[in-house]
Amino acid sequence: MSELLNPAFWEPFGLTIKLAFITTLFLYLVGIPIAYYLAFTKFRFRAVLEAIIAMPLVLPPSVLGFYFLLAFSQNGFLGAFWKDIFGHQLAFHFDGLVIGSIIFSLPFMVHPLLSGFKAMDKFQIEAAHTMGKSKFQTLLKVILPSIKSSLATGGVISFAHTVGEFGVVLMIGGNIDGETKVASIAIYNEVEALNYSMAHSYSLILFAFSFAILWLVYVKLGNDVKGSFHA
Amino acid sequence: MLEISISKKLLGATGIIDFEVTCNFEKGEFWTIFGESGIGKTTLLRMIAGLETPDNGSITMDGEIWFDSKKRINLSPQKRKVGFVFQNYALFENMSVLENLLFAQPNKNITKAEEILEVMGLLVLKERLPNTLSGGQRQRVALARSIAQEPKVLLLDEPLSALDAMTRSRLQDELKKTHEIFKLASLMVSHDRSEVFKLSDQVLWLKEGKVFQKGKPKEIFLSKTSSSKFSFEGEILDIEKRDIIYVVTIGIDKQIVEVVVDEMEVKELQVGSIVNVSTKAFAPIIKVR
Repeated sequence: MSELLNPAFWEPFGLTIKLAFITTLFLYLVGIPIAYYLAFTKFRFRAVLEAIIAMPLVLPPSVLGFYFLLAFSQNGFLGAFWKDIFGHQLAFHFDGLVIGSIIFSLPFMVHPLLSGFKAMDKFQIEAAHTMGKSKFQTLLKVILPSIKSSLATGGVISFAHTVGEFGVVLMIGGNIDGETKVASIAIYNEVEALNYSMAHSYSLILFAFSFAILWLVYVKLGNDVKGSFHA
Repeated sequence: MLEISISKKLLGATGIIDFEVTCNFEKGEFWTIFGESGIGKTTLLRMIAGLETPDNGSITMDGEIWFDSKKRINLSPQKRKVGFVFQNYALFENMSVLENLLFAQPNKNITKAEEILEVMGLLVLKERLPNTLSGGQRQRVALARSIAQEPKVLLLDEPLSALDAMTRSRLQDELKKTHEIFKLASLMVSHDRSEVFKLSDQVLWLKEGKVFQKGKPKEIFLSKTSSSKFSFEGEILDIEKRDIIYVVTIGIDKQIVEVVVDEMEVKELQVGSIVNVSTKAFAPIIKVR
């Protein structure tokens, strides 16, 4: 049990929470406009956009991770661009994990928001428009407060999904202490090193943590959230 | 004055309807748009509000052009200053009654909002959330909210259709009173004749997408071809031959009556047709129930 007192033991968890938190925050910023656009705008290639967003649901994480790795390295277009601005490439860096996670968890944010937007009473939106309120004001004051449960669902599931991410992180992040070694990677490491007691400690904590989140979701949000897992 | 002259192709239940309406609405008048469902009554309101776009024509309010297909002008709903009471009321469920009114106001003014609530007997409900209100209360809040918008024209889309008969009748009186206090140009969609008769100064009767008649409700509903004083419209439900006479069963509103006709008369009748049932010879007796 002595390892529990070692700060180095907790570092992967800290990193996991930090990654999940930042990813979720950015997913709100990206997911709300995308879901809004999909719900309220008619355009020709909507099926294409919807399919792209849903891709992470069906692709093996290693496939996504492989392409991310190519794009994020200093020879890749994103990685080169990033290096010009921030002085480091995206691959094997925390920033890369964040971007990878945002794309990987996008459907988990967009789908609940999309069903929330679609279920929204259109007449309330029109009423706000006749009151002189712009689309943005209407979104902020009328629509988002009405889909609180979808917002909560999207946030919690994206957060939990990022915590549970492994394949993508392994491909693009590697295994750098304090930078990219999140909890799920730490477990893999310990197992590879045949250090089963450490692997147990990490696994059990992650197990309890994930259960606690989901339990909270079902208790607090009840029926609102359940359908979203199958979205 | 609101001047409308528009046309639009609508997809109705029976196919494509050429919707074509020209009408002027004066300030302070209560107009009812009357007609069967699915002939574009609601669409007319939505086009006035800017929520739908006519194919051709123009909509002008007090000289300000809201829509003109020739000049390619189409003001957004935000710029038109219309109050719209939706069939489902469209109250903002996340806001209290007072907040609903404040949100609707062009300039937030609590005193003014409370005055409106006061006049409509809603002040005690100001802190309540819409989902804690009864149907009738929700309707009144929706009306109060659209008045708080200080609109140039008030559009009401079957505002009472979701209510029971008692509440409906009481709210009809209130609606009339409210209209008289705030002196707006009001346009209400309805297919209930007694409601139309009770509330409106003017009726715009639409049939098959066109103006069928317009004028005062008395002129429209009472001056039919017959000079009878006692006349109902009904639908023939059944025609039955009994010995040498025929008995026609007619559904009039919620009543079903039997009328005896002779062989000559029955030739013109068939089940499903809409007929007038009238009598001139008798003085009707009205008894209080």
